[in-house]
Amino acid sequence: MSTILSVRDLTLRFHTFDGVVHALNGISFDVQAGETLAIVGESGSGKSVTMMSLLHLLPMPPARIARGEALFYTNGTPTDLLKMSRADMHRVRGAQIGYIFQDALSALNPVMTVGRQIGESLVMHLGMDAETARKRAIDLLDDVGIPGARARYRNYPHQFSGGMRQRAMIAIAIACNPRMVIADEPTTALDVTVQAQIVELAKRIQRERGMTVVWITHDLGVVAGIADRVLVMYAGCPVEIAPVDDLYDHPQHPYTRGLLSALPRLDDRSRRDLASIQGAPPDMMASPRHCQFAWRCPYVFDRCWKAVPPYYPAGKGHATQCFYDLENGRPRTDA
Amino acid sequence: MPETSADATGLLVDETPDRTFRQSLVYVGRLFWRDKTGLVGLIMFLMVVFSAIFAPWIAPYDPLQQDLRAAKTPPAWTEKGSFDHPLGTDNLGRDILSRIIYGSRVSLTVGFFGVLIACSLGLTIGLISGYVGGRTDNIIMGGVNLILSLPYLVFVVFIAAILGRSLLIVILIFAFTDIPIFVRITRGEVLRIRESGFVEAALSIGAKRRRIIFRHILPNLIGPLITIATFEMSAMIFYEAGLGFLGLSVPPSVPSWGNMLAVGRKYLTIYPWIATIPGLAIVFTGLAMNLLGDWLRDVIDPRLRRVKK
Amino acid sequence: MQRYILSRLIQSLLILLGVLLIVFFMLQLTGDPVSLMVSRNASPEQVQRVREEMGFNRPMMVQFADFMTGAVVGDFGMSLRHRQPAMKLILERLPATVELATVALLMAMVIGIPLGLLGGSNPGGFWDTLCRLAGLIGQTIPNFWLALILIVFFSVGLGWFPTFGRETCTVFGIHLPTRSVILPAFALCLFTTGQLVRFTRAAVLEIKNEDYVRTAYSKGIGDRQIYTRHILRNAAIPLISIIGVQFGYLLSGSIYIETIFSWPGIGNLLAEAIGNRDFALVQAIAFFASLTVVILNLLTDIAYGLADPRIRYGD
Repeated sequence: MSTILSVRDLTLRFHTFDGVVHALNGISFDVQAGETLAIVGESGSGKSVTMMSLLHLLPMPPARIARGEALFYTNGTPTDLLKMSRADMHRVRGAQIGYIFQDALSALNPVMTVGRQIGESLVMHLGMDAETARKRAIDLLDDVGIPGARARYRNYPHQFSGGMRQRAMIAIAIACNPRMVIADEPTTALDVTVQAQIVELAKRIQRERGMTVVWITHDLGVVAGIADRVLVMYAGCPVEIAPVDDLYDHPQHPYTRGLLSALPRLDDRSRRDLASIQGAPPDMMASPRHCQFAWRCPYVFDRCWKAVPPYYPAGKGHATQCFYDLENGRPRTDA
Repeated sequence: MPETSADATGLLVDETPDRTFRQSLVYVGRLFWRDKTGLVGLIMFLMVVFSAIFAPWIAPYDPLQQDLRAAKTPPAWTEKGSFDHPLGTDNLGRDILSRIIYGSRVSLTVGFFGVLIACSLGLTIGLISGYVGGRTDNIIMGGVNLILSLPYLVFVVFIAAILGRSLLIVILIFAFTDIPIFVRITRGEVLRIRESGFVEAALSIGAKRRRIIFRHILPNLIGPLITIATFEMSAMIFYEAGLGFLGLSVPPSVPSWGNMLAVGRKYLTIYPWIATIPGLAIVFTGLAMNLLGDWLRDVIDPRLRRVKK
Repeated sequence: MQRYILSRLIQSLLILLGVLLIVFFMLQLTGDPVSLMVSRNASPEQVQRVREEMGFNRPMMVQFADFMTGAVVGDFGMSLRHRQPAMKLILERLPATVELATVALLMAMVIGIPLGLLGGSNPGGFWDTLCRLAGLIGQTIPNFWLALILIVFFSVGLGWFPTFGRETCTVFGIHLPTRSVILPAFALCLFTTGQLVRFTRAAVLEIKNEDYVRTAYSKGIGDRQIYTRHILRNAAIPLISIIGVQFGYLLSGSIYIETIFSWPGIGNLLAEAIGNRDFALVQAIAFFASLTVVILNLLTDIAYGLADPRIRYGD
């Protein structure tokens, strides 16, 4: 398997009137071609900001990238997305990397027909004429499971149901067959039954088109069904990255463990209360000098307050940023 | 990212923080310093207020005193001008500078009392409309929409022509025609606050309605009302001058900016300064109030200060 | 959409009814409308004659009913001075006012909308500074004063334009405006231009941060298309309302401008009528102006509904 995206030490800040918000603090991860990587974390942990910053979709200012690189591989040749010019970026967005947004109602232009919104990027990137683009857009609507695609082509977003809007959103993202699709909490705003349909749709499309997917979510339940690997984020820091089964069976970070024990299980017959993590996420106005989870961590010890932990390997393809060896129940003894 | 706390002036917060008067003054002062245009507007406005209050002491001449030998003297910076009359004289030899200084009294009186009456009546009606709701609200809003959909200037001219020329009548015309603006903003704010939940919360812990109005709704209204009042006052000063220009405002004997324009217009092609210079006073005042109003709006509207994520 | 139009129509009719009431009773404000219309030293016989001639001796309700029925068939009474139906005088003057207001509106749109767009696309930049300046100028310079200044500079000083009056040229039977309209229209459009600049700029700034614009960027759409296809089109819908309101404002504002430039329009007619104490005509003009504004608002609402698919395809 080859790497399609390699993010190293991505550090991003928001410069606001009230001070500097340290939104991302040294994010590193790789995405392999054809896999589904899930990025998990609570709101404000920086999952969306990470992916949006790669495509320059954040308003700058106030956002500013302090350091880091994000290499996107095309036939083995890397290009740094973060240093890309405006014009080059226009050619990557939509054509190479598609983006599915969370709230499809506000993410679709209310005064443009759904069909035209799909066709727009076809004309732009593939140079199609209006008629070809129209036919292709109808095919796409059909493909994402919208009944009566031909008639629906001329509809406006408000005439669609929530689930259909999300399907249309997916059609927009995949219109030009991008190699990678970023799905930014595409199911959050939907009913549970519709959620399941959208997840199934995403899986099918990925399988059929061999796309790489980065799926952003705060719902560990969704992750189990779709992801190959998981990146867990906390307060702008990556805390753990692991293959999905390994993460569920052997969480190596106290935060991940807390998240998992907060998850209700249908096969759990004991009447215990769901666990919760005590405390609140940290103030992000200061640059982190130590583990950001230290305030809430039940295993915290003196070293945690002295430095930001690096990635420690913890099994095959598994790494965690924690000084405490959860598996063996003691602090790590490395150099 | 932390939410920015309510706002800067303390005018919009749900519970006004306990700040001493001195502290508030210092705070507002600092806000003025940060945005210099607001400061410039304030200084310009205070200059107008100053000249209105102290007109008899700063005006070089009696504004009504005619001097036919010195009639139509151009301003001092022109060839035939003299520093006896820095801004020149009008057709009857009255000193334009003195008339402008006295004229500020008419403009500010109309603007200030017009807005004061409109604002207090509008506030009361708006509170009733928003708070009582139902049929009362429908009737009041029907009236408001009716008045707002009339061509304002045509009706002001119409009423002024019927009722005749006096300062009191001019003030009342502007005051009454301006009520709907204040009703609408008050009512909107009442509805917004009612829906925002904390009034309900206050009610649920047994707060009295009157207390809610005074403690929660009014403090929230002060900011927007001051902003609107500033703009409305500047609009009234314009309209008063316009009425004067058409010969429908205060009696022709009273020195007012509009009346000066009306006189000057007749001599426009030969002695242009008689009309153009008083106009500068209107522009000056309008600029002052708009700079001040823009600044207030920026400071008071928390949406503009919101930190974008 | 039909329901939307119907509700707007009913609303407009209710407002018209209110307008009729206001216009009618306004003349009664002083207690005796006749005293307004005759000169101060008229003999009691003369006053009585006018009173009977104008029908003011009848009971109030009868007068009102008469006024109402007249208004429905387009009869707004007689002008005392001109001894002609008020409506006829108004209609004669209408084209000049419409010409002035339309040219002013076009000027405001041509200057204001692109400027607001440029300013909003780059806040803090050169065009944005120009925007703020235009907005401020529009609000701080009264049009009647600007008109005087323009005459002094361009007509008297440079002699580029006539100082007063309206000239038209006729092409294939259609009266077209000539350069005589430029100064009055420019003086009139100043406030509207400022409003359009402010509004367009604010709309662009707001829409720029909408999620759907971000979506468009995520598709790889270039900046120019983002502005023309996504931002401008969304800003255009509320702009329709603003333009409608502003057109009404321009019609009203023509009172000053028409008086200054002796432009033979309705504003000028109104000023004349007031000077002549011809209050029947003043009343008719007030009603006609309100009627125009109400119709304008109705048309604006319908245009708004047509432009916004959420209303066009709503229930």
